[in-house]
Amino acid sequence: MGQSLKAQGRPLASAAEQLRILSAPNGFPPFEQKLAEANLLPLRATGITVFQINVGKLCNQVCAHCHVDAGPDRKEIMTRETAELCIRALAQTEIPVVDITGGAPELNPNFRWLVEQARALGRHVMDRCNLTVLLLPPQADLAEFLARHQVEVIASLPYFRAAQTDAQRGLGVFDKSIEALRRLNALGYGREGSGLLLNLVYNPVGAFLPPKQDAIEKQFKRELERQFGVVFNRLYAITNMPISRFLEFLLASGNYEGYMQRLANAFNPAAAAGVMCRYTLSVGWDGTLYDCDFNQMLELPIGNGAPQHIRDFDAAKLHTRRIVTANHCYGCTAGAGSSCAGATTHS
Amino acid sequence: METYYHPHDLNKFAEMGKGNPELWEKFLAYYSAVFAEGALTEREKALIALAVAHAVQCPYCIDAYTQACLQQGSNIEEMTEAVHVACAIRGGASLVHGVQMRNIVQKLSM
Repeated sequence: MGQSLKAQGRPLASAAEQLRILSAPNGFPPFEQKLAEANLLPLRATGITVFQINVGKLCNQVCAHCHVDAGPDRKEIMTRETAELCIRALAQTEIPVVDITGGAPELNPNFRWLVEQARALGRHVMDRCNLTVLLLPPQADLAEFLARHQVEVIASLPYFRAAQTDAQRGLGVFDKSIEALRRLNALGYGREGSGLLLNLVYNPVGAFLPPKQDAIEKQFKRELERQFGVVFNRLYAITNMPISRFLEFLLASGNYEGYMQRLANAFNPAAAAGVMCRYTLSVGWDGTLYDCDFNQMLELPIGNGAPQHIRDFDAAKLHTRRIVTANHCYGCTAGAGSSCAGATTHS
Repeated sequence: METYYHPHDLNKFAEMGKGNPELWEKFLAYYSAVFAEGALTEREKALIALAVAHAVQCPYCIDAYTQACLQQGSNIEEMTEAVHVACAIRGGASLVHGVQMRNIVQKLSM
């Protein structure tokens, strides 16, 4: 297993360095110019329906495309005190969805407490799960815990074959992922009428855009059931964001310029109008507030006078805040659009 | 080194519309309709296009439809099989002309 960019001391471990590369002229127009042409500048929030909590960068995998630069060597995780601030803020609102992400969020000792508290408030809870975490011996009861609290599992699986999945997520990850999916299926996850939602996340294993979500979902359903007897509810097709480790891959493989041009050429005003930052609040492991998880990793906190820390949470000020954008945002507006819930437009 | 083919020329394809916009628009409309989902999926059509690109040995088409196949969710195994289909048809086309050769040999020989 490799190390994070940070542990390797790579220049791209720095958010400032990533932003420097992304802002340099390189054959595509600035993102804000495209937004202006689509009459979407300034881009504003339309409310908050998703309260996304990134509980830290600790993960049991080191995926080649990870926008968090997560891994076993990352120790930045949310404390109980900050988790309590999240629940306190949530309780002041009627935000219906709590989306818990990481790293591998389940490795944070406060993960289960967060789930229980959010469920006690009557909120729908989503766990962004890397699947292999379910097989770790200390997490032997995790799948049952998730089922008992009716947590929606959103699981990463970039392809229905081992070669592609392992190339992105590490040797042996595919086989373990299938085992974890079978364990979830056995509890009722992904099965009609169980009320236990199991949604998969597809993202391209390389410098190309995702297919139409409906088409790739059909392919995944057919292949996973035929080859492995695995079932699931929906598949979310997500575009790789040109930041962190994926940016490192793009630059090292000579694909950066072409990929950015492809994203910019595929800019879709309808997708831009539906970007997730307009209805999401993203909380970082240290309580800092962001418009999305990608801005979080680029250390671009909420700006323009809105509160910047969960302790100062003020729903009214956040609801119509101006969104902070930069050229990485092309990753969410290309083609059918991309968000934590997959495509933002549907054919 | 000078060469007739440059990868960046693929991005200039639309310049072909300058000489005759009407024909270009008709071609584009037809092209888009051909590749839209129909009795075949877009993914299947991209695989066919990849095979044909190899048969006609167009480097621009190989570049474009390699990317298109990946983007449609195909994998290297499927794409390799598609190229073998092109190869088999090209090879078979040569080989079947051997019948002509045999016919002529037969006619000329005692």
